[in-house]
Amino acid sequence: MRVVLAEDLFLLRDGLVRMLEAFDFEVVAAVASGPELSRALAELEPDVAVVDVRLPPSFTDEGLQCALRARAARPGLPVLVLSQHVEQLYARELLADGSGGVGYLLKDRVFDAEQFVEAVRRVASGGTAMDPQVIAQLLSRRAGDRPMAGLTPREVEVMELVAQGRSNAAIAARLVITERAVAKHTSNIFGKLALPPSDDDNRRVLAVLAYLDRG
Amino acid sequence: MRVRRTLVAAARGLALAVAAEAGSVVLLVLVLLSLALLVIGVGVLTTPVVLTWARRHADLRRVWAHALSGVRIPAGYRPFPPGLRRGPAGQWRRCAVMLRDPATWRELLWLVVDLSVGLALALLPATLVVYGAGFVLLPVVQGLTGAGGELLGVGSLTVDHPLLLLVAPVLGAGMLWLAWRGNPALLRAHFRLAAVFLAPPQAELADRVARLTETRADAVDASAAELRRIERDLHDGAQARLVAMGMDLGVVAALIEKDPARAKELVGRARESSAEALAELRDLVRGIHPPVLAERGLGDAVRALALRMAVPVEVTVELPRRLTAPVESAAYFAVGELLTNAAKHSGADRIAVDLRHVDGRLRVTVRDDGRGGAAVRPAGAGGGAEGSGLRGVARRLGTFDGVLTVDSPAGGPTSVTMEIPCA
Repeated sequence: MRVVLAEDLFLLRDGLVRMLEAFDFEVVAAVASGPELSRALAELEPDVAVVDVRLPPSFTDEGLQCALRARAARPGLPVLVLSQHVEQLYARELLADGSGGVGYLLKDRVFDAEQFVEAVRRVASGGTAMDPQVIAQLLSRRAGDRPMAGLTPREVEVMELVAQGRSNAAIAARLVITERAVAKHTSNIFGKLALPPSDDDNRRVLAVLAYLDRG
Repeated sequence: MRVRRTLVAAARGLALAVAAEAGSVVLLVLVLLSLALLVIGVGVLTTPVVLTWARRHADLRRVWAHALSGVRIPAGYRPFPPGLRRGPAGQWRRCAVMLRDPATWRELLWLVVDLSVGLALALLPATLVVYGAGFVLLPVVQGLTGAGGELLGVGSLTVDHPLLLLVAPVLGAGMLWLAWRGNPALLRAHFRLAAVFLAPPQAELADRVARLTETRADAVDASAAELRRIERDLHDGAQARLVAMGMDLGVVAALIEKDPARAKELVGRARESSAEALAELRDLVRGIHPPVLAERGLGDAVRALALRMAVPVEVTVELPRRLTAPVESAAYFAVGELLTNAAKHSGADRIAVDLRHVDGRLRVTVRDDGRGGAAVRPAGAGGGAEGSGLRGVARRLGTFDGVLTVDSPAGGPTSVTMEIPCA
């Protein structure tokens, strides 16, 4: 799998390259600035891009902007955005085109190499990987508030994991229930969020969007 | 070059007399008329308008004073409260603010003085030059034409008493000497006279200095307290965790061959410590300078903040460009405080934040549909956490010459407006 990596801190960039290569990814470009990233994304057509939000020369959200532009030019280009902080605002912008293949994780998540690599693979295959912190922010502000769209507590739990981008199998393992039960919960959730029937992956992205929007 | 300076001062004085004094006459008449109309109410609408013209007229004189004579005349008008509406109601309040401002009355007095003494001082340089030259040349002119005194306003005096013709050049030379010595000074005197009336009196400057001293002390106190908090958070949080991590890793190095299972457990613990240290640093950074503020500026930072509130918050932003970092930061934290305040105390279901740039000022309005009754309580007056929260915001804005006004009738709704100059 061909990866373009953008991270301005040498230590982190180097570490990420080594980690990705250890898991059989081919890092076709490891760049340190926004313009370099834009060029690499346009010319190398990677299978997935791993991008730091803040990049030189402006040290604003240049990485995110490059990623969004590249996705506008090539819809569905898988992008996993890494950041020292997570904001719902950015999560919404990434998910807004509804085409999936996006991830948004705290940099801390690279500590767990296997989970991180799993997230990269998920994003590359068109899924989503939302940081649990984004979801936690949503939940904390909903504390004591009316339950969202009439979801049961169990459905909320399932929704949280769906929002993180977990597969039904992973959710089943986490909640210690059967996959069939998970599938039942998710179809109930999609129904309550009034999502039109479509393929499952796309609906999951839409569910996350709806989930964020109701916050 | 002294001759040139003399002539330039004379020309400038003449121009000033013609152009400026005409304005003073018209404005004096208009202002007095408008004040008279106050009796029948119409004046409420016209007075702010003509007083604003008068201020512009005075401002023009301030500009000339500095450009022509290097005299600085500071302006010191009272600011209008924020959120003045158009229409008669707003105009009435504008009128009240202007009429209560001592600067308005000093300006009116200046118009009167400007028309008498000011006019004389402005005309004197040109008069000295013209009449001086006239008297010096009088004998020649009279010799050639037989007359000439009429032009200088002395009639046939020098024709009737030819001996005076000998005195005339001496008088003229004296006047020219005065012009040569004093013309720029006369022009300066004109502007100094204006400064007496147009500059804010020392007392107001002293007020301003007192206020700056107070807000500076607040700012220094606040930043010192902030630094102490950061130091404590780092010391008790991230630093302590890094020490624990280092110790765990030291033990791991010793155990890695003897007891791999225990070593593995310790590595796991070290990783947890590093994750916690990161989380604490992240919170700390958010408190110092929120990353979204650095990355996107005030508008998106407030939007991100709104997304984290338990109460739905609607944000509208009309800012043409990024503001300076200190203003962004001050406004961001003030909005944060106001939102927390509204969510905690007002019982509102809905909050609206509006950010816009108006006349070189950042105006932030936070409205909620809660129960109202909020006010900025003076220190020591009690009034609960809400009032003291607002007071804290007002104090911190003071450093930026910002103002905070609260409109919160009992029963709501509440509207808090902040204005910070950010030209």
